Amino acid sequence: MHKLWASTYKEFLLLIRDMGGVAILFVMPLVLIITITLIQDSTFQTVKDIKIPILIVDKDHGDVAKTMLEGLEDSNSFEVIEKQTEEEAKNLVSKGEYQLAVIIPEKLTEDLHQKISNNVDGIMAKVMGEEADSLPKPDVENKEVKLYFDPATQQSFKSSVKNGIDKMISKIETQSIYKAFQEQISDNPEEAIFETENFITFTEILPKIEGRDVLPNSVQHNVPAWTLFAIFFIIVPLSINMVKEKSQGTFVRLRTNPVSYATVLGGKTILYLLVCLIQFVLMLLVGVYVFPAMGLPALDVSGRLPLLFVVALFSGLAAIGLGLLLGTLAKTQEQSAPFGATFVVILAAVGGVWVPVFIMPKFMQVLSNISPMNWGLNAFYDVFLRQASLMDIVPEITLLFIFFILTTIIAIVYNEKKNAV
Amino acid sequence: MISIQHISKKYKGADNYSVLDLDLHIAEREIFGLLGPNGAGKTTLISMLCALIKPTSGTFSIDGLTYKENKRKLKQLIGIVPQEYALYPSLTAFENLQYFGSMYGLKGKELHDKITNFLEHLGLGKFANKRIETFSGGMKRRVNLIASILHEPKVLFLDEPTVGVDVQSKNVIIQFLQELNAKGTTIIYTSHHLNEAENFCTKVAIIDHGKIIVEGEPAHLIHTNEGAHSLEDVFLSLTGKALRDHA
Ligand SMILES: Nc1ncnc2c1ncn2[C@@H]1O[C@H](COP(=O)(O)OP(=O)(O)OP(=O)(O)O)[C@@H](O)[C@H]1O
Ligand SMILES: [Mg+2]
Repeated sequence: MHKLWASTYKEFLLLIRDMGGVAILFVMPLVLIITITLIQDSTFQTVKDIKIPILIVDKDHGDVAKTMLEGLEDSNSFEVIEKQTEEEAKNLVSKGEYQLAVIIPEKLTEDLHQKISNNVDGIMAKVMGEEADSLPKPDVENKEVKLYFDPATQQSFKSSVKNGIDKMISKIETQSIYKAFQEQISDNPEEAIFETENFITFTEILPKIEGRDVLPNSVQHNVPAWTLFAIFFIIVPLSINMVKEKSQGTFVRLRTNPVSYATVLGGKTILYLLVCLIQFVLMLLVGVYVFPAMGLPALDVSGRLPLLFVVALFSGLAAIGLGLLLGTLAKTQEQSAPFGATFVVILAAVGGVWVPVFIMPKFMQVLSNISPMNWGLNAFYDVFLRQASLMDIVPEITLLFIFFILTTIIAIVYNEKKNAV
Repeated sequence: MISIQHISKKYKGADNYSVLDLDLHIAEREIFGLLGPNGAGKTTLISMLCALIKPTSGTFSIDGLTYKENKRKLKQLIGIVPQEYALYPSLTAFENLQYFGSMYGLKGKELHDKITNFLEHLGLGKFANKRIETFSGGMKRRVNLIASILHEPKVLFLDEPTVGVDVQSKNVIIQFLQELNAKGTTIIYTSHHLNEAENFCTKVAIIDHGKIIVEGEPAHLIHTNEGAHSLEDVFLSLTGKALRDHA
């Protein structure tokens, strides 16, 4: 026990002797979380408040094109600029000057009306029991609205634009169909027989605590994700610390001392776990006090502090286990530092820190289950967003703990094997 | 005290044995010098005796104990002063010694007093609370030495403890080791300073290509080698004048 405390104290001294390192360890995660939240919060607002200029080429010059133009303008997301030719619009987009060009095809209005009136005539004839019109109907080709995207445009923006335009087109189609029926049935085109507004709309029902809505916002999502990322980054300084002992010769001395490798690792575990927890406290403080001062939503930790610390503690252990293993396997800093940093980024990506797991390809979703960062993230979300109790997060923290034990045992066994005499 | 039988070591990937079928017996309270050109196998031999590397074959025991059966006990019994400094540069001399002393189970006032005494004794009293990275080579050597003897080992291994230090530091170190020996510590040490070894050691072995060429009391070796007036003459006549660079 005395040896363990002496080891912990030594690690503490080593850490505080490198004040620059300590500052980086504590300040960079805070900078990271503030930056990410600011970016995400502002992109969120961009979509709402700032208009993205897009190009429109109207080859139709009819009602449908007019409705589409109005729809795009009304959406408040776009500033619509008309161009005369498809070629010009296409060039501007491919040069990256605009994100998007929408090409409305020729005779869209005319053909849509034709197609609909063909269909409506057919139906009316059936309903009235008449023989189908003997007059041959002109065939109508399907129409395409072309979208040119800047190749650099993000996929998520593309899909939301596509969805929006798709919705607009079906609305126009539906309304035209209603109108055609109305013309057939009633003589007064002004008379409203059909309600053309959407019948089904949706509202988002949010979980409530004590009668008030819990609004998940970018802060509630970001703080856990990036805190976890920062916690796992501990493997970089930790593995460097261990590799340094090898290159300084102090590890050789330790090997001649009557002390087990487990005790040496134990001292590191205790100290770096403390570092993780301090990091975590700082992150929470930033979320709770600094964010509101910067105009960001505040982090809401009310009533869940104890559970949050439990999750942070076990996530920290998992991260440290990984760091101990890496530090044991690596021979040089050139091996451990770049590998450690890249590996954390991979674990974060797979674990769902950047992109939610549910939109990943199936294969990656399976892989995601074995990223300790995913377990930690789920536990954090359970506590932050799903009002979980301790029992709810037991599976996740158990996995994190097993991960710590396993990595540490592998490190110890590897060391024993390598240095067996 | 130390008994080595047919010990050999061939490093992974190496072409030759670094230590080959070596037999050696070192009596208690001896100051035993392992001398030999660069690459002779001195560090390799000491490393095996300190359980840092595994012999390819052969056995040895120290004070009747083997690492297989009494690893902890044996480690507590011996002290090793490595060829390279093995200290934390950003910690002070005191902190380094406190840590390594703790690893031998020492603590509290006993440890504190020991550290203070040894530092004082080796002329480092004033520098106890200075970081190792600010120390000169000679000062580091002395701290490196103290870190290995706080637990008062019965057997002390030193791998070139006087390399890169000035005459003053060297004399302090040698004198200190003689005091330790007088109190009962068996000392095994390697060196390239043949004059130093000639005066300091009670017994020496000259080792080359992983084998002991000759072994005995320095005076005796000089005496029995025709035309030799010093240990250096003996050394050169036995190991030749060619350079020993190979890896
Ligand atoms: N880790 C290693 N892997 C492969 N070969 C090694 C290793 N360490 C030492 N050797 C080789 O073993 C031989 C003996 O080396 P050793 O370090 O024991 O010599 P030494 O007598 O201590 O030399 P010096 O006086 O230079 O310290 C040398 O040929 C060396 O190249
Ligand atoms: Mg050597």
